[in-house]
Amino acid sequence: MSSTLLRWWRSLTAMRTALILLFLLAVAAIPGSLLPQRSLSQSRVTTYFADHPDLAPVLDKLFLFDVFSSPWFAAIYLLLFISLIGCVVPRALEHGRAVFAAPPPAPRHLHRLPDNGDVPTTLGPTTALDVVEEELRVRRFRVVRRDGAHGPELSAEKGFLKETGNVVFHLALLALLLGLAGGKLWGYEGSILVTEGDRFCNTFQQYDNSSKGAFVDPAGMSPLCVTLEDFKAEYEENLTAASFTADIAYGLAGSASRNTTIGVNSPLRFDGDRVYVTGHGFSPVFSVTFPNGDSFTDISAPFLPSDTATMSSQGALKLPDVPGSDEQLALEGFFAPTGSVQQGVLTSIDPRPLDPQVALFVYEGYLGLDSGLPQNVYTIDQTQIDRGTLDRVGQANLSLGESTTLEDGTVITFSGLKQFAAMQVSHDPGQVWVLVSAIAILVGLLGMLLLRRERVFARVAAGPDGAGTVLRMGALTRGSADTAPRFTALTDDVAAALARRARTEENPSS
Amino acid sequence: MINESLAATSDTLFSVAVGLYSLAVVAFCAELAFGRKVAPARELVAAGGGTAERAVPAQDDEPARARRWGLVAMGLTIVGALVHAGVLITRGSATGRLPWGNMYEFGTAVVLVAVVVYLVLALRTPSLRHIGIFVLAPVVLSMVGIGLFLYAQAGPLVAALRSAWLAIHVTTAILGFGIFFVSGIASVMYLVRSRYEAKVAAGEVPLSRIVHRLPSAAALDRTAHRTVVFGFPIWTFAVIAGAIWAESAWGRFWGWDPKETWAFIAWVVYAAYLHARTTAGWRGRPSAWVNVMGLGVMIFNLLYVNMVSTGLHSYGGVS
Ligand code: HEM
Repeated sequence: MSSTLLRWWRSLTAMRTALILLFLLAVAAIPGSLLPQRSLSQSRVTTYFADHPDLAPVLDKLFLFDVFSSPWFAAIYLLLFISLIGCVVPRALEHGRAVFAAPPPAPRHLHRLPDNGDVPTTLGPTTALDVVEEELRVRRFRVVRRDGAHGPELSAEKGFLKETGNVVFHLALLALLLGLAGGKLWGYEGSILVTEGDRFCNTFQQYDNSSKGAFVDPAGMSPLCVTLEDFKAEYEENLTAASFTADIAYGLAGSASRNTTIGVNSPLRFDGDRVYVTGHGFSPVFSVTFPNGDSFTDISAPFLPSDTATMSSQGALKLPDVPGSDEQLALEGFFAPTGSVQQGVLTSIDPRPLDPQVALFVYEGYLGLDSGLPQNVYTIDQTQIDRGTLDRVGQANLSLGESTTLEDGTVITFSGLKQFAAMQVSHDPGQVWVLVSAIAILVGLLGMLLLRRERVFARVAAGPDGAGTVLRMGALTRGSADTAPRFTALTDDVAAALARRARTEENPSS
Repeated sequence: MINESLAATSDTLFSVAVGLYSLAVVAFCAELAFGRKVAPARELVAAGGGTAERAVPAQDDEPARARRWGLVAMGLTIVGALVHAGVLITRGSATGRLPWGNMYEFGTAVVLVAVVVYLVLALRTPSLRHIGIFVLAPVVLSMVGIGLFLYAQAGPLVAALRSAWLAIHVTTAILGFGIFFVSGIASVMYLVRSRYEAKVAAGEVPLSRIVHRLPSAAALDRTAHRTVVFGFPIWTFAVIAGAIWAESAWGRFWGWDPKETWAFIAWVVYAAYLHARTTAGWRGRPSAWVNVMGLGVMIFNLLYVNMVSTGLHSYGGVS
């Protein structure tokens, strides 16, 4: 039993397994990029369900629309994590010990090493090895001399940083996986549409859309509040979007607020949270005057852009409480910042608000807001129309300032225009950790790939005819292909140094 | 403000570069055609004996005519690369920004890097010159494809791309991609050549004039490996820089957007290649296949992900 477990542990923590798991993670990611994902676009998933009514539910059972949060993706991730721990930690410990250990003894048969050669000399064995040691120390090798079973020998080693790079790389990979997981568990994200002049605070109740990790405590969220004071979109001559900026006031609830400008590529980073502008659009402003003289002025709702090139947008404005009537009122329509009407159809020809126009349908009746079913705030509920509880009572194309009068005498005026920004607040406590790990991965990688680890061994033996000494050298290099030229250069230098030393020993005076 | 005449010059230079590269391909062909007919296999195998590499000696003693064509081909490639650089330089000055803001510009830059990598390799290791036609032919094909299907008029950058990270992230992505391009070709050549060497050594096929002139399988394998060793950290950096950029542009540093996903897949494939090459049983042909797969992933990421799937990296500008 325990031996089986041990065997499993061994194979799980083998380098090969870690690689296979990493590969598997990559393969597992493929469906996530080919099929629509809920995390990226809920609406494309809905479309896919409509297009493939038979296939989609099956795929959904396999979590193929939530690949990156699926149990099987998590399983691979977890196995990879464990495998890496088992593979890297022992290796790191061993490397730590090796850094302080002496280079290993010379192998018995030096001529079997990939690079090897003999250098004859007239010097004695000890002096010859002295010379070799000097040459190697100049090249920053660590050198050890031993009296081995096969004669005096020398071992030298350099390039520990290569293995250090390897250890750093793999440990950093572990750290990165940890950071990613931590960020997912303790991180959250919320998004909201904010019209100019409006304010929101960092709570899940206020967000239109939000997601949070398992360990997020809503009570512990930073009490950040943001007011959108002004939004600007700028365009090039050819109407390429040049910049989007939002002037905001922000601060923790209850304390003074500060002003700043955020925009594309420059979010606000504050107190561990980040605030982004992720989109923008227009909120047409209306006034409604009822036959009894009551009126609503300056009511507006964000209209969502359906085409960001022209900013033609669609939206709805619902008025559940009509004074002096049981009926409810709703405006639904199309907004064009620069309108052009062709054959009665309004289109937008420019994303800038040069000639704002709306094409409106007005409905009266029951909106179904209290039916208990969640409603899309940007459209009116089609089922109420189908059921006949909501009737179309008017339609009009209005330019800014124009009005239309319904049969019952209600006057609807397109009175103004505001802009809104789509804002997102993100919190990811793991991201600095991930960044540091990623940099460490890169540094480790560079060390691992670009450095060499070299071991050089030398041993001396008596010359073949008894005269002088033969110095036999061998080298083992990791991380380099063309080692022969470098080894030749080394032996040439050693031979030259030996010859020099031999000369000074012969006539020490000169 | 776009300088239209500079933009037009850039487009003209593009055609000139394609023309020069095509002529280089012709010259490389001529070099092959005038190369010495290789001696019958029998003799060589007998002379070399032993390993496959020795059975197919390098062809140093090429006839003067072939050599001259080889020089012409190299010269055309060099001039082509200069003109090719001119395409990007004029586009950059026409638009007043870095010339890699859409797929047309990105692809053009990647191919330029590939040509430069080839030239550096060929000038440093003369035997590698002989893979010239196998680099230049895909280069011409890619350029024609880029010109026909990815072309985008010179224009200003969209707001999202106005960031210093464009210079960092996209430049390194271009470098990495260009290096992997040449590496992938070296591996394909290795696959061809190593099979040929094995067959020649076994006496199964006669020497082939074209394959015979390729560098040895060992040299090709080494080239493929060295280029990946060089390109992999650059690619790693490009992905990290992309993540840093994404954190400020898209609200999160990693969100499994299709391009991110495939960048990760490519990273894993190249990591696997580097490991495979040092793993017994995977050296040689299997690892070369992994490298070829890596290039396949890179190309898929560029074409499929930009043009078919929808994601945040939709600055392709193909219309
Ligand atoms: C984690 C984040 C990111 C990753 C992994 C990533 C990955 C990549 C990859 C692999 C390429 C190479 C092109 C290819 O093969 O198709 C690329 C190119 C490019 N990236 Fe990113 N990227 C990231 C973030 C960003 C961000 C935030 C931006 C800009 C807002 C950006 C803009 C570009 C552009 C403009 C190109 C070149 C042209 C193109 O393909 O259209 N990237 N990126």
